[in-house]
Amino acid sequence: MIPGPFEYLRAGSIEEAISALGEHGDDAKLMAGGHSLLPLMKLRLAMPAVVIDISRIPDFSYVRVDGDEVAIGAGTRHYELERSEVARAEVPLLPHVAARVGDPQVRHRGTLGGTVAHSDPASDLPTALLALDGSVVVQGPDGRRSIPVTEFWLGFFETALEPDEVVVELRVPRTGSAGWGYEKFTRRENDWPIVAVAAVDGRVALANMGGTVLRATATEEALAGGASIADASALAAEGTSPSADMHADAEYRRHLARLLTGRALHTAA
Amino acid sequence: MQVSITVNGQERTDDVEPRLLLAHYLREVCGLKATNIGCDTTSCGACTVIVDGLSVKSCTVLAVQSDGAQVTTLEGLAGPGGKLHPMQEAFRAEHGLQCGFCTPGMVMAAIGVLADNPDPSDREVREGLEGNLCRCTGYHNIVRAVRTAAQAGAAARHVPQERQS
Repeated sequence: MIPGPFEYLRAGSIEEAISALGEHGDDAKLMAGGHSLLPLMKLRLAMPAVVIDISRIPDFSYVRVDGDEVAIGAGTRHYELERSEVARAEVPLLPHVAARVGDPQVRHRGTLGGTVAHSDPASDLPTALLALDGSVVVQGPDGRRSIPVTEFWLGFFETALEPDEVVVELRVPRTGSAGWGYEKFTRRENDWPIVAVAAVDGRVALANMGGTVLRATATEEALAGGASIADASALAAEGTSPSADMHADAEYRRHLARLLTGRALHTAA
Repeated sequence: MQVSITVNGQERTDDVEPRLLLAHYLREVCGLKATNIGCDTTSCGACTVIVDGLSVKSCTVLAVQSDGAQVTTLEGLAGPGGKLHPMQEAFRAEHGLQCGFCTPGMVMAAIGVLADNPDPSDREVREGLEGNLCRCTGYHNIVRAVRTAAQAGAAARHVPQERQS
């Protein structure tokens, strides 16, 4: 399969990428690792007239402590996050989940900013970021703004990004030694989750249970009210609208959400 | 667009369309047909090559993204006089292939596995090769081959960059 024709631009800085987005508007797409966009282009589900390569922007890949938070450059590739000593010490859920994305070859290319901007409800890392209650730092022509993850993913492939904004950094609280759990159910190891659950610090996030990654709010409220893990996890599918596909029907996904939430909470405890 | 890519130690400059995939560049432009295209959807790993020291699936990389990179394909592994790379030798000795279609990608991915972990357990080999499918289901001997190669030490994770004759 071969993508449709496009013009290829290489941004040397975030500002150049923003300016190219401003010039080409809806016809342009940013490409970092290309592991979400390029498959869509090969299937001709995406046919951007202009591809702006942001993978060579300097200082776009880093994991560092910044006050009470860990800041991660949007260009950080999954394998870099997986191996980051800072991430392992300060927010161990993230490198664990990074290591569950796709397979080694995919993790060598895919970036954290890319998976965040792509907004696939079945993505591993956005599920972890949602459970961590992190934020997405984006930059546009007027500078930077920070968007809480709870307000960033609006729907399937839809985000709060303006057309001329670029995801530049992800920020999550340092969780240190606090317990966490991640449960991912797949048929093959390198697949997207049929359902996945991330739990940390009393928060629970679900993958593939609706149009975006979701927080299991009923479970969280029950936990805050002192409910047992068994009782709280029984509420994990409340308010979700999972789809049906060849892997699982909606009821089976609800079952998995409850089951995996219980397991993730037990691991976190 | 003009790209300069060092393929198996030999730098070359080619004029390519931006939409040309690295897998097609290697096969059609460079004439290196060891890199197979299987699923064409980043799933099967048959097109795995090493780019700047990391295993990647070349069906999901544009040639223009590899501008300036060092790319090693299966053809770049053997030494002078066709002496097999230790990973190739181990696949041969342990019968780590049946039909052979997945083998070029499997060998390149296996070198990537040892680059990360010089002495992996069976389970670590299986996890490291999770992105490579063998339709003959010959995984058992593939795992054995990778572990045999690991015994050969550093040579088995060496990615040649100099041109071999």
